[in-house]
Amino acid sequence: MRRPLARRLIALAAAALILPAAAACGSGDEGGSGKGDKGDKGGKSSLVIYSGRQQALVKPLLTKLEKAVGTKVEVRYGDSAELAAQLLEEGDRTKAALFFSQDAGALGALSKEGRLEELPRQTLDKVGTPYRSAKGDWTGVSGRVRVIAYHPDKVTDVPDSVRDLVKPEWKGKIGYAPTNASFQAFVTGMRVLDGDDATRAWLKGIKANGAKAYGNNIAVLDAVDSGEVSLGLLNHYYWYERVAEKGADKVKAKLHYPRGGDPGALVNVAGVGVLKGTGQSEQARKAVEFLLSKEAQSYFADETKEYPLAAGITSPIKDLPPIASLDSPRIDLGRLDSLRETLAMLQDVGLV
Amino acid sequence: MHPAHIPGADDAGRTTPSVPRPARDADRPRPTAPAPAGRRHDAALPPWALLLPAGVAALFAVLPLGYLAVRSLERGPGFAWKVVADERTVTLLGHSLGLAAAVVGACLILGVSLAWLTVRTNLPGARAWSVLAALPLAVPSYVAAFAWLSAAPRLAGFTGSALALTLVSFPYVYLPVAAALRGIDPAQEETARSLGLGPVRTFARVTLPQLRPAAAGGGLLVGLYVLSDFGAVSLMRYDTFTRAIHTSYRAGFDRTPAAALSVVLVVMTVALVAAEARTRGRAGHARTGTGTARPATPAALGRLRAPALVWCGAVTAAAVAFPLGTLGYWLAIGNSATWDPTGLLDTATNTLGIAAAGAVLTTVLALPVGVIAARHRGRAAHLLEQAAYAGHALPGITVALALVFFSVRYAYPLYQQLPLLVCAYAVLFLPVAVAATRAAVLQAPPVLEDVARSLGRSPLRTLRDVTVPLAAPGVAAGAALTFVVCMKELPATLLLRPTGTDTLATRLWTETGAGSFAAAAPYAAALILLAAVPSYLLGKHRT
Repeated sequence: MRRPLARRLIALAAAALILPAAAACGSGDEGGSGKGDKGDKGGKSSLVIYSGRQQALVKPLLTKLEKAVGTKVEVRYGDSAELAAQLLEEGDRTKAALFFSQDAGALGALSKEGRLEELPRQTLDKVGTPYRSAKGDWTGVSGRVRVIAYHPDKVTDVPDSVRDLVKPEWKGKIGYAPTNASFQAFVTGMRVLDGDDATRAWLKGIKANGAKAYGNNIAVLDAVDSGEVSLGLLNHYYWYERVAEKGADKVKAKLHYPRGGDPGALVNVAGVGVLKGTGQSEQARKAVEFLLSKEAQSYFADETKEYPLAAGITSPIKDLPPIASLDSPRIDLGRLDSLRETLAMLQDVGLV
Repeated sequence: MHPAHIPGADDAGRTTPSVPRPARDADRPRPTAPAPAGRRHDAALPPWALLLPAGVAALFAVLPLGYLAVRSLERGPGFAWKVVADERTVTLLGHSLGLAAAVVGACLILGVSLAWLTVRTNLPGARAWSVLAALPLAVPSYVAAFAWLSAAPRLAGFTGSALALTLVSFPYVYLPVAAALRGIDPAQEETARSLGLGPVRTFARVTLPQLRPAAAGGGLLVGLYVLSDFGAVSLMRYDTFTRAIHTSYRAGFDRTPAAALSVVLVVMTVALVAAEARTRGRAGHARTGTGTARPATPAALGRLRAPALVWCGAVTAAAVAFPLGTLGYWLAIGNSATWDPTGLLDTATNTLGIAAAGAVLTTVLALPVGVIAARHRGRAAHLLEQAAYAGHALPGITVALALVFFSVRYAYPLYQQLPLLVCAYAVLFLPVAVAATRAAVLQAPPVLEDVARSLGRSPLRTLRDVTVPLAAPGVAAGAALTFVVCMKELPATLLLRPTGTDTLATRLWTETGAGSFAAAAPYAAALILLAAVPSYLLGKHRT
């Protein structure tokens, strides 16, 4: 037996241990601009945000938020659902003052367990009632609409209702993401609009029609783009992000916005809620104010290609139809909190 | 020539140690034993000096089970039973076990064949191939799955999941089997040949039985890994238990059904560990004779040379070159590739530090458990080993939420601090280190310990002066392996890291979540390159 391996590994481990220790002296965190001026206790003085929205999308915005609120901000990025589960597990000992969720469902779950503080009337009133909590304890800050993506060479006549997708002409031609939160919110919307029986029948219908299940919206879009499927159900901004990523000439797929108040055109939101019991409500509320300011709302429009939700601000992206022009279903987003029943239905049908 | 090493014979050739140990008698070799039993101390309890730290490690590992019990029974046993007894559970069970069986089978074929080719034949470039065969360890399952999926979307489902998981986990079999092949005394095979057995029968009857513990141990790790993997199956859209548990959190933010399903995973783990213990048998393969074993004469491949080279080349291409190529492609085409060297360097440094700490703690905890598993039998030893494996099949998110639960309640100052994350790694990867330690100790001849004892050394000093130094290279290899898996870990890192701290894996994941594969590619590439260093050392490592 020879020793050098052991020796080399120990050297490697030692080097690896020393490096971060040295680096830690430099800067403690990266939630802010990395000046390293955070005292080691940090926690109380700085505003902790749990962000279910991706770092790449919202970090620049949260840096601006830090200036606007005047408090140091620490951000924990993760998956909305996992962060919500974590917040529930943490209870009132949480360090987070603000939860920035990718969808209304995760906020609804926290609201249901009484973990969110009520927001001031004045803040809530900036956003139209369809896009905020009926209880007044969270608000949407940006909107996304469900769309049908299609491959122009394979489809000439895109249906105006997802209800048509159970027809035999679409057999094996549809892609969707049943485990995706937005899809599940859409199914919940359909349950609210059409009732449980019709929704169950529709789910069974598209399954029987050979619809292909993908892991997420990006995979659905890629499948449409490559012609693997003809139609895909997803959120509008995935397409705009893909165009930004690859260039317009490299994206074949096109978008169609269903009409007639179809559940396939549901508008859902990303939103924020202030957590109870952190003693930082004031800063957290200021942060919510900032996210509804013109600066932040324009950011969502420009950078994440979502719809601004605060009154008086419109998206500058061309070929994105104004939110008011969308023929979306009128539905109380608060009623989308029956996600558990949707999940049971999806499991029952065998989709998740 | 050491008659004691011929399988089917026994260890009658061993000198009886002068220190009488009654426990030894229970292990009197039986002439019909399939392989020489590594000397074990039956019935008698392992010394307290080992038992206590091992007990601490085991307690640590079963912590998530306590959490699962609390959570799954939160709404009463009826509700938990309803979740578990659902017919969907049967489907998921079939999917998970089927996938695990397929991947373990494929890994055994890849691992054993490559080990034999690189260690025992005149394969051209054997040393280089042996390094390449360890490199897939550096590739996270979600990167492999993504690479294959982007090239061939039709692979999605069982085939793709099995392919991606096999290609990233066959080194778990390759490494121990290659080490065992190097450790085997060729004299036994020569004896068998001289007694008239042909090469194939010699391999089947002499070599293979000695490889069995190594292959079974590696296969167990692969099986447990498949049961707990989330990244590959989620990208490949194949519904396994782990994926269902994630979906449950995701769609319902509901911890109760997820916990109830996790309990089923734990039961599967126990079954797998028990099955492995049976397969492993009682084989140990320490040399007890004088002198050093000669290296085996390499078998001439002859006309099989070309196919052997093609085989090694194809496996390496599929497991290493292909994912790297895909990353290169994304780096090249994306215009969202924001080249941020400082951010990358910071993240890489964080990753190295956290993974190293995880590897050190895991190895320290694994040491007593591994020694006991190798040298002792009886209920206590058995329970300890099983406990060490308990957390391994659980999805990272379950283990992470368990630690959130306990630390928020009982160790709040530690919450969202690095030590807690390091502890999570130890819970998750204890089996990797235990398997390596156990194998290393098994290869250390127990007769040397007996001599030390006969010279009046205490059991503890014997351990320190004899066993540990002999097993050190194997233990170090286990530490390197743990280091690599810690670097790649994702769900627990996401939940438990200090706010604002990132690892390469978490950055990679959050970037792909936003759809910018090009922005994620530098992190994926850095992760693979860093993890390749210990993997490379593991491949070069010759015991």
